[in-house]
Amino acid sequence: MVDNELKIELGKQGILVTTIEELYNWGRRSSVWPMQFGLACCAIEMIATTMARYDLARFGAEVFRPSPRQADLMIVSGTVTKKMAPQVVRLYNQMAEPKYVIAMGACAISGGPFKQGYNVLKGIDRYIPVDVHIPGCPPRPEALIQAFMTLQKKIDGQPLTGEGRPRFLDADAQCEFPVPEQGAHDLEPPSNQGVWPVEIQGVGSRERRDIDGRQVSTDH
Amino acid sequence: MKTVEEIKAAIEAAVPGAGVTVVLNPSPSAQHSLRLEPAHALAVAAFLRDDPELAFDYLSNVTGVDWLDKEIAEKVKVTRQVTKTVDGPEGTKLEQVVDEIVEETRKHVEPGSLEAVYHLYSVALRHGPLVLRMRTVNRTDKVELPSLTPVWRAAELQEREVFDLYGIVFTGHPDLRRILMWDEFKDYPMRKDYVEPDDYEYEPTAHDAVLKRAQEHRSREQGSRD
Repeated sequence: MVDNELKIELGKQGILVTTIEELYNWGRRSSVWPMQFGLACCAIEMIATTMARYDLARFGAEVFRPSPRQADLMIVSGTVTKKMAPQVVRLYNQMAEPKYVIAMGACAISGGPFKQGYNVLKGIDRYIPVDVHIPGCPPRPEALIQAFMTLQKKIDGQPLTGEGRPRFLDADAQCEFPVPEQGAHDLEPPSNQGVWPVEIQGVGSRERRDIDGRQVSTDH
Repeated sequence: MKTVEEIKAAIEAAVPGAGVTVVLNPSPSAQHSLRLEPAHALAVAAFLRDDPELAFDYLSNVTGVDWLDKEIAEKVKVTRQVTKTVDGPEGTKLEQVVDEIVEETRKHVEPGSLEAVYHLYSVALRHGPLVLRMRTVNRTDKVELPSLTPVWRAAELQEREVFDLYGIVFTGHPDLRRILMWDEFKDYPMRKDYVEPDDYEYEPTAHDAVLKRAQEHRSREQGSRD
């Protein structure tokens, strides 16, 4: 293993030293093809992000594919109604690995202003694993770019072997997620127990509060 | 535009036995409406559209109202015969039957109904709106109303929406299916007694009614875990 300083020094001399993992992840993160679909007003911001002013092409993600078979990234841009949710999960299942999800905007991450409604899913992360959540109503294009850069960082940091490797390199990992049924009163099941509730990394140091706002515990 | 009373008179002259009632709106807007008998609604609608002086050629809105069963408490004065012990002559006690006026509260239930409301305008004569209402017999099994889609095509999708959210069945509608909710859905979400699915797992800023529901959910969840 070459240490980082030596690598930079060699780079100055015109010698490129890298690892397979780094090269592989560099290739993956520099050409992410998002799926071309929008669900609500956030989609307008997503479109703006791809156009000349914000230019998502700078990050290698200008090719929006209209087919899930050719896409790596699903940007859930907008309100997911309970009528739409099974189709979104099905589209996600149809995407080939490696695949990533950005939940864009208040609705996609929690239901947003429609959270207490009877017909809106309270966050797409109840059914599919979400890599990056962006708050905002709608988030500005800069926020989507920030989310995209966060995703690139995540791809960059994924080891190809061992613990924490991406799903497509793990034969035992689940790549397909159950599509909810539209039942007589609600979606069935109301959430996928495998992905929900989300375990948030690094939240342990923060105080936890219950629904009344009282402090429950402080983990250190 | 003619007043609702004049329109009512015109309808009754054109459609005998139409049974139109004027529903007054006491608010400052004074937007009075007409309640139609479902049996004659189609004939009345056709008249409103085709009459040259009214010419309501544009249906702008169809919506629903859910009227719950109402319990009405009335105070009624009733005379009742009461036996009383009265002091008689020479220290004896006498039993006497006396009439007494008592106030009694009587309760009766006024059956609820579902109501469809139509807003009409005339583009040709530039007047409107005229508000039409129709009520179903009850809220449970007799929920049919005649569809006005044959008269105003604009009613088609909106009547489907009223069917979807309130459960009014429009007879004569060409394509009565759910429009917003999925086909397997059984409830009518805009009815006042609709119970939402309990998916209050996480409420970041719960308050008021939402806080109450979230607490109920939490206690139920804890109860099932114990």
